Amino acid sequence: MDDRTSLKEPALPAPSRSDLPAAEPPAAKKWITLSPINQRRLQNFKANRRGYYALWVFLALFVASLGSELIANDQPLMVRYDGGYYFPIFKTYTETTFGGEFETAADYRDPYLQKQIAEKDGRITWAPIPYSYNTHKLDSPTPFPSKPTWLLTEKECEPIVQKKGLTGCRDLEYNWLGTDDQGFDVVARLLYGFRVSVLFGLILTIVSSVIGVAAGAVQGYFGGWIDLLFQRFIEIWTSVPELYVLLIVASVFDRTFFILLGILLLFSWVRLVGLVRAEFLRGRNFEYIQAARALGVRNRTIMFRHLLPNAMVATMTFMPFIISSSVMTLTALDFLGFGLPAGSASLGELLKQGKSNIQAPWLGMAGFFTVAIMLSLLIFIGEAVRDAFDPRKTFG
Amino acid sequence: MIMDATTNMLLEVRDLSVAFRQGGRESLAVDRISFDLRKGETVALVGESGSGKSVTALSVMKLLPYPAARHPSGTIRFNGQDLLAMTPEQIRHVRGNDITIIFQEPMTSLNPLHTIEKQIAEILLLHKGLAGLEARNRILELLTQVGIPDPAGRLQSYPHQLSGGQRQRVMIAMALANEPDLLIADEPTTALDVTVQAQILKLLKDIQVRLGMAMLFITHDLGIVRKLADTVCVMKDGKIVEHGPVERVFTAPEHPYTRDLLAAEPKPDPAPSQPDAQVVLKADDLKVWFPIRRGLLRRTVGHIKAVDGVTIAVRKGETLGVVGESGSGKTTLGLAILRLISSQGAIVFLGNTIAGLKFEAMRPFRRNMQIVFQDPYGSLSPRMSVSDVIEEGLWVHHPKLSAAEREARVVGALRDVGLEPEWRFRYPHEFSGGQRQRVAIARAVVLEPTFVVLDEPTSALDMLIQAQIVELLRDLQKRRSLTYLFISHDLRVVAALASHLVVMRYGKVVEEGPASDLFANPKSDYTRALFAAAFNLETAPEGVVAQ
Repeated sequence: MDDRTSLKEPALPAPSRSDLPAAEPPAAKKWITLSPINQRRLQNFKANRRGYYALWVFLALFVASLGSELIANDQPLMVRYDGGYYFPIFKTYTETTFGGEFETAADYRDPYLQKQIAEKDGRITWAPIPYSYNTHKLDSPTPFPSKPTWLLTEKECEPIVQKKGLTGCRDLEYNWLGTDDQGFDVVARLLYGFRVSVLFGLILTIVSSVIGVAAGAVQGYFGGWIDLLFQRFIEIWTSVPELYVLLIVASVFDRTFFILLGILLLFSWVRLVGLVRAEFLRGRNFEYIQAARALGVRNRTIMFRHLLPNAMVATMTFMPFIISSSVMTLTALDFLGFGLPAGSASLGELLKQGKSNIQAPWLGMAGFFTVAIMLSLLIFIGEAVRDAFDPRKTFG
Repeated sequence: MIMDATTNMLLEVRDLSVAFRQGGRESLAVDRISFDLRKGETVALVGESGSGKSVTALSVMKLLPYPAARHPSGTIRFNGQDLLAMTPEQIRHVRGNDITIIFQEPMTSLNPLHTIEKQIAEILLLHKGLAGLEARNRILELLTQVGIPDPAGRLQSYPHQLSGGQRQRVMIAMALANEPDLLIADEPTTALDVTVQAQILKLLKDIQVRLGMAMLFITHDLGIVRKLADTVCVMKDGKIVEHGPVERVFTAPEHPYTRDLLAAEPKPDPAPSQPDAQVVLKADDLKVWFPIRRGLLRRTVGHIKAVDGVTIAVRKGETLGVVGESGSGKTTLGLAILRLISSQGAIVFLGNTIAGLKFEAMRPFRRNMQIVFQDPYGSLSPRMSVSDVIEEGLWVHHPKLSAAEREARVVGALRDVGLEPEWRFRYPHEFSGGQRQRVAIARAVVLEPTFVVLDEPTSALDMLIQAQIVELLRDLQKRRSLTYLFISHDLRVVAALASHLVVMRYGKVVEEGPASDLFANPKSDYTRALFAAAFNLETAPEGVVAQ
């Protein structure tokens, strides 16, 4: 080992750096070092303005919806009472804390409690939208579903305004997009519904992709009998009707978030298998795979280090579209009534209400625009990702 | 041949430049070149890949991807008309009628879904309006002309049913269909075996004389130029650096680059034969048979005998050259010896029987046996830096090395193959073909193996680079007393390295012996034909080699 270095190079010191313009050791301080190919992909993605902005808008909406409790909540963010500060959004206080009579949880929407707090020089700071997805509207001037407050005429409001001794519609509980037929605020329900849909879609996509990629990788890499048996199994599996399984399971268990996720996972992992399998079948005969085998590298390492990055290009191209279809899955189930249990915030349920309450167009329109904008953003992002991974653009 | 310059002039290229626009940047592929082509004359454009020779040919046909490509300067006058100024309608008439082109890869130039008859008939119908019996007679005439045996029986064949040489013959028949004045041949024999190459070159020469065509021949192979061309233009980086009659350029080259090219032939200086040295690798009656399965139950009905009973032995410090046409089983033999594909028959490596060992059990031996592949673009993972590529074997075989030790070995290996150690953080796409091949060699030698299989390591490289890689391999062999199994169809490179030679055909060994004896005195007809085709571009009598 030592004699070979001395044979050619007279002295060990490295050649001067000046003749090596582009050779830079990877920056150790950066969190993630991107390979040049990935850097070019990132450039391509950023160059697609529509997709790039769509990503930021979507991320902003998603992050905002993750903090739904801070935006739409029937518990105040903060209460100042008798010189002390209380945070009902994080902690449940009893009514007696604020000078009430009962040992029950304080209901801050109760005029009696509000009066108690005001008397002790207190102040209630509400969230921007002072309703949660399951907060009933009080004192509605119209039967539910109730119009957006800004559409109400003074005449409609008159009886309730007089009864409560207020000055006009404006002083009533304000609902930007009205309420649904249960008396729940539509904006709050959209916010929580968006969150649950996107989370459901993301989890479904990630878990099913991991399973799908793993299954496809094993089939493609080993081929032969494993491949043959797996392929036949998948053919049979995909012919099982998903919706019936859902109905049967739902009759035994409650349809919770995770039960639904589990059932849909049973069937959705197959989507990427064919793609990844084909990539591995193609890739396992590349010369650099042969070279790795000649070095004695383990199968698992070859699959992870050499083949998976190849298959990931195709996977990443499909992924955004799988996300958008997964997001729609929950909405569709809710719309059909096979989704989350009644009362949960959900976009599909809102659309269903819009369908059965044609006289209340704010329901249908709110649902439609939310779903349409959400899917458009995802598709724009998806297109940009697909173009960024396009090998003709990357290498051309 | 050169009589009256003005009347005989067919093609005049003056100050031609080609620029490509890509991602807002414009790069000049061809830089103000000029050359002439007279009737019946052959002009050869030679140069390395990327020198702009193919682009020049394609601009004569106006086949470049316009408007991404453009001509900042120059004219191309064909029979007095400026091709560059023509409308697409006019150029279409010239194309395929007066000027035709044949490409390198005959498989992709023919439509795989159409029969031979249909492909040729299309051209006849388009340009000559021939159809029916008339067309069929002309097709038969053309196929006879290009030497396709049993032309009537071949009419209904599809491209995949023909051999590479026959496909190229069909391509030539299509190019000749309209009796063009100018035939452009863009590396027409590069994808073919040496024996077939000799046949195709002979055919082109015969046809040219018979029809009085002019030919613009593009190649990187100086042997072909000398054999075929009247005038040669040497291209480098988009410029014609030297230009003149073949005899003059070959005997008295003026430009230093031409001199380099002519001197690039790898010099024969093989490692000496070591009849008493230890046998590093011995394979006895090695067979690789691929089963042919048919029917519902996938019963084995026969075998493709890729390697059929080969016995070889390589001694320490020697280079065993394995030569043969494509399909002769030489690459399969290399893979079987390294136990990368399953085979029958004994394989003994440094005294240990390795045939039949499982992948896990093979691992300790892999440190001592390595391989370098043909395609330097395919053999390096595009997603790993050079350092990662070279390190991989160290992780497997020396997992206990510290990071610093590993780095030292990578640096050492890069120095050994003549690359800057600082380049180890770069990715393969930042290197040229020759540099990539050096990286692939570094990956093999970093483990300090005893035995290296070289599977056509120079075939994908330009002439000058080929000579450098051969030099490097020889140097490494001397310094570390490596043992090579050198697989190649390029006999000139084999002659430079091999001390012992095995000639293979149809999976069997035709002839073997010390390289010097074999080259001086080949015994079998097949070996003689192979040598004649490789060294003198001469065809063999019928029946000796594949057509």
